Amino acid sequence: MKIHEYQARQIFRDYGIPVPADVLCYTVREVEKAAKELNGMVVIKAQVLTGGRGKAGGVKLARNVEEAINAGKQILGMDIKGLTVEKVLVTRAADIEKEFYVGLINDRNTKSVILMASAEGGVEIEEVAKTNPEKIIKFQINPLTGLLDYQTRNIALKLFGNAIHAQKAASILTKLYKLFIETDSTLAEINPLILTTDNEVLAIDGKMNFDDNALFRQPKILAMREPDEEEVQEIAAHEKGLSYIKLDGNIGCMVNGAGLAMATMDMIKLYGGSPANFLDIGGSSNPQKVIDAMNILLGDKNVKSVMINIFGGITRCDDVARGLIKALEIIITDVPIVVRLSGTNAEEGLAILKETGLPTVSSMSEAAKKAIELSKR
Amino acid sequence: MSILVNKDTKLVVQGITGRDGKFHTGRMTEYGTNVVAGVSPGKEGETVEGVPVFNSVENAVKATGANTSILFVPAAYAADAILEASEAGIKLVVAISEGVPIQDMIRVTPILKQNGTLLIGPNCPGLITPGEALVGILPAMIFKEGNIGFISRSGTLTYEVVNLLTLSDFGQTTVVGIGGDPVAGLYFIDLLELFENDPDTIAVVLIGEIGGDAEEQAAQYIAEKMTKPVVAFIAGQTAPPGKRMGHAGAIISSGSGTAAEKIAAFNKAGVHVAKEPAEIPELLRKKLAELK
Repeated sequence: MKIHEYQARQIFRDYGIPVPADVLCYTVREVEKAAKELNGMVVIKAQVLTGGRGKAGGVKLARNVEEAINAGKQILGMDIKGLTVEKVLVTRAADIEKEFYVGLINDRNTKSVILMASAEGGVEIEEVAKTNPEKIIKFQINPLTGLLDYQTRNIALKLFGNAIHAQKAASILTKLYKLFIETDSTLAEINPLILTTDNEVLAIDGKMNFDDNALFRQPKILAMREPDEEEVQEIAAHEKGLSYIKLDGNIGCMVNGAGLAMATMDMIKLYGGSPANFLDIGGSSNPQKVIDAMNILLGDKNVKSVMINIFGGITRCDDVARGLIKALEIIITDVPIVVRLSGTNAEEGLAILKETGLPTVSSMSEAAKKAIELSKR
Repeated sequence: MSILVNKDTKLVVQGITGRDGKFHTGRMTEYGTNVVAGVSPGKEGETVEGVPVFNSVENAVKATGANTSILFVPAAYAADAILEASEAGIKLVVAISEGVPIQDMIRVTPILKQNGTLLIGPNCPGLITPGEALVGILPAMIFKEGNIGFISRSGTLTYEVVNLLTLSDFGQTTVVGIGGDPVAGLYFIDLLELFENDPDTIAVVLIGEIGGDAEEQAAQYIAEKMTKPVVAFIAGQTAPPGKRMGHAGAIISSGSGTAAEKIAAFNKAGVHVAKEPAEIPELLRKKLAELK
């Protein structure tokens, strides 16, 4: 789960990380009021759940209220990577002496939390990793001890050089680790962390992602969720026990199992078609799930044919076939469907379905070819 | 021979009185797995599917000599159950539970290492050594004894490919579903090493997917250390970036973890990557013919 910058800044503040004052605004009038309140140079920042806001023109410096109003007019309502900017953050501009990067991530390989820090702040860290990997300090944190004081001190000293600045930065690192663990974060980065001309160390931009598997124990984080249109669909499907991701193609897929669902999409592409979605219905023959899944698939008006791909394991194909028939009695549609059943009791399942007149096949490649052919009718 | 589970496996089922625990205990016992105990706090003295239930893994190990555990406990309690098994001296823990928080897995990792406990999963279908032991939820009927080692991040895609292998007369030494989570126990390179050292395994099939770089590491390991042929398949070539494809670990983030990168790494390592699952038996046949 992702959150906006303004939300990340609030979490930082809650944990005592210094962040410049800011106001969240939905209208130009609110921007004007905020700029007056903050009284001085401000930065207007688009709040959208994607990177590259600066490059897209979604971050602007304003020297006075008039410029702030103009920036507000330009940014509110603009489109950044397909997302409409509905709110902006107006924040006091800081006098930057130098920019740094600090971030925490969960690392799959070392199975630990890794602290990354760089004196090359303010740019995308992935870019630095590609061009100047030696400029990134990576530190693997022992989960049993956590991030220790001497470790943050040494890292901050390497980064800042000056002991007084480093002391301030070290305290921020300690707080960042604490909030990372306590909120079940998967990414917590401050970019840039700045040294101001009057020797303060401040977080002026932040990004946080969270572990979906841990949301059950993070009610405060869950309350921050602001899903976009696609995510609303995905969440609704998830609540029905389905895993759904919309794609741009025209062949709807319904599959049991995530790996097989991905392989099904790939197969459609391999044979020259284009999948409309990823959809994993999990491992049961429950007709209700099939009905819910079909409703989601057919809700996408791009869908010209549907490929149902089931490998029967413990769930037997004959049970799946009966479930499908029940579901298809309820769903009335002219979108053609091809069903592929394989695995346990596949022959019985296929025999049951044959009576309904649905096109049935036993191999994945046949099913993909058939679904593509049907989509062209 | 085989890897990890066999006739000597003495299995304890953690969460045996739950619906899934009970159902799969029946299926594993039916397959011939030596299920010696179950654990469900407060239910010591009961039996499930003929298997005695204990209050703790410690009690179960003392009474039965269990050496392997499988857990069907809810995700929120999985880390606790893994540690309980490890501290009780269990050598191999198989975590079926789906939805375990990443931080929980990070915290258990150093303790498992310290105790010398191996972990498969979480969010996995388990593993099977055909003809000897089923420790998981895999559908037993599609497997066959033989010489192919099998490792996969997926569930039903594993069954799909194993079924194709069995129909093509390629039996399996051991089939391991390592699970779809980003932070998990044994991973590709650990299992490739076990298969490389298993005298009965003559070739390995590896099923990867988008997310992380475990396949790239496997490719490097294969190029440097493996003498046995490996055939691979990577799912998710059409997956969009930034979206979690069902499995918590199946996500392309910041442009890395794509199927294209993984396929390129395997090609570079001389591993043949199948274009579709149905191609795998044929590729395997070719690779084995080259050896003769």
